[in-house]
Amino acid sequence: MTLRRVVVTGLGALTPIGNDVSTYWNNLAAGVSGAGPITKFDASKFRTQFACELKGVDVTQYIPRQEARKMDAFTHYALIATDEAVKDANIDLEAIDRNKVGVIWGSGIGGLRSFEDEMIDYAKGDGTPRINPFFIVRMIADSASGQISMRYGFRGTNYVTVSACASTNNAIIDAFNYIRLGRLNMCVVGGSEAAVTRAGIGGFNANRALSERNSDPQGASRPYDKERDGFVLGEGAGSLILEDLDHAQARGAHIYAELIGGGMSSDAYHITAPHPEGLGAFLAMQDALNDAGIQPSEIDYINTHGTSTPIGDPQELKAIYQLFGDHSFQMNISSTKSMTGHLLGAAGAVEAIASIKALEHQLVPPTINLVNVDEEIDSRFNLTPLTAQARPLTTVMSNAFGFGGHNAIVIFRKLS
Amino acid sequence: MSEIAQKVKSIIVEKLGVEESEVTPEASFTNDLGADSLDTVELIMEFEKEFNQSIPDDEAEKILTVGQAIDFLEKNAGQAGK
Repeated sequence: MTLRRVVVTGLGALTPIGNDVSTYWNNLAAGVSGAGPITKFDASKFRTQFACELKGVDVTQYIPRQEARKMDAFTHYALIATDEAVKDANIDLEAIDRNKVGVIWGSGIGGLRSFEDEMIDYAKGDGTPRINPFFIVRMIADSASGQISMRYGFRGTNYVTVSACASTNNAIIDAFNYIRLGRLNMCVVGGSEAAVTRAGIGGFNANRALSERNSDPQGASRPYDKERDGFVLGEGAGSLILEDLDHAQARGAHIYAELIGGGMSSDAYHITAPHPEGLGAFLAMQDALNDAGIQPSEIDYINTHGTSTPIGDPQELKAIYQLFGDHSFQMNISSTKSMTGHLLGAAGAVEAIASIKALEHQLVPPTINLVNVDEEIDSRFNLTPLTAQARPLTTVMSNAFGFGGHNAIVIFRKLS
Repeated sequence: MSEIAQKVKSIIVEKLGVEESEVTPEASFTNDLGADSLDTVELIMEFEKEFNQSIPDDEAEKILTVGQAIDFLEKNAGQAGK
């Protein structure tokens, strides 16, 4: 059978450096950091006291207060970003077959704050379980995709993918396959995370995964720099409308890019550490190139996973060199986590959007704070340090790897 | 209006997002104030917490209106907390 082609026709972003796609992109291009002191709880006793929080989001502008209080923040973020994406895609809800529109969402954790608050409240009592009836629905990760479907009446395939920081890329690849196979005409994909909480910061601190550069939050996310000391936790959401090319053209939709390949693998190695030679990353990138049917030399830019951890960053680059050889030094590489922080399950979503906007503007967003490249890293890589670089871009890759050894890669291309 | 009635009203306004003027003694949670079954469970739980009372399921099932809630809570006020 002939597979259908899949394109991106709508984007929505709610990020630590912009509450909509255009602000997000402008700040990416300008190299703005979203980091600052934690405001969501008293972090004074935590090893890490900063994060990339969202700024100035008034949830009730988007969701009636009575509905909003039955949802966790990660679901609020999902709805807000998806509102922008649906508007951007200019979808006439009455004109399309909404039974063939799915929602496949990614979240690494789900409603962490809701879980914490309810259990803290319970622990303060005398043991009588007065658990709020909305507790479970606020907390479970799939409430995000469920709420999106209810808001728009999208009755196609609906679920949430959970593969830690690879979650959204898995969601994108699943939707890609359903549309290619003709099972869906459109699908809302994306991811959201709201883990800047006591359990989130405390838990990742206990893993020794977070930067503890409390004196300089904006300089803390510094992928590939020799002074990097861990990732900076971010929060927010990204939402994309994937659509069958014919369907998009028939309704005259604006097409940002074509999704041409998805690759997946598992490290089968360790619960938190990546494979020392980057084997899983290599296999997933290779799988994505094979799926797209393109040569390694066709990739112009990789938006890396690059979290700014001492162990993870060099291994991803090793895998890139192993797969791309000397072309590794011709392409651009950057980690936009240097600006957004690490949005965990939503990382793939906001980075897919960064990659697509890079294609649109023919501009590679930078890796900020990259002042001195780690000696362990080959100096021939163009890691797009400090400032954005203009260059012709046709095909871009976006990488995501998650605790548990999950690897998921997507490739976008300018529509030809 | 008793202190209990005032608190009951404000819990309902807060949880169901309705106007205070709608919260009359005769108003039914589900028919008049837009509550679904989970909202009703939440209201009963909030009453339990606020007034430190335990409302058994068979009693809770009979509390369908604002007035019935106030009556129950006033009748049981000061008795057997928890």
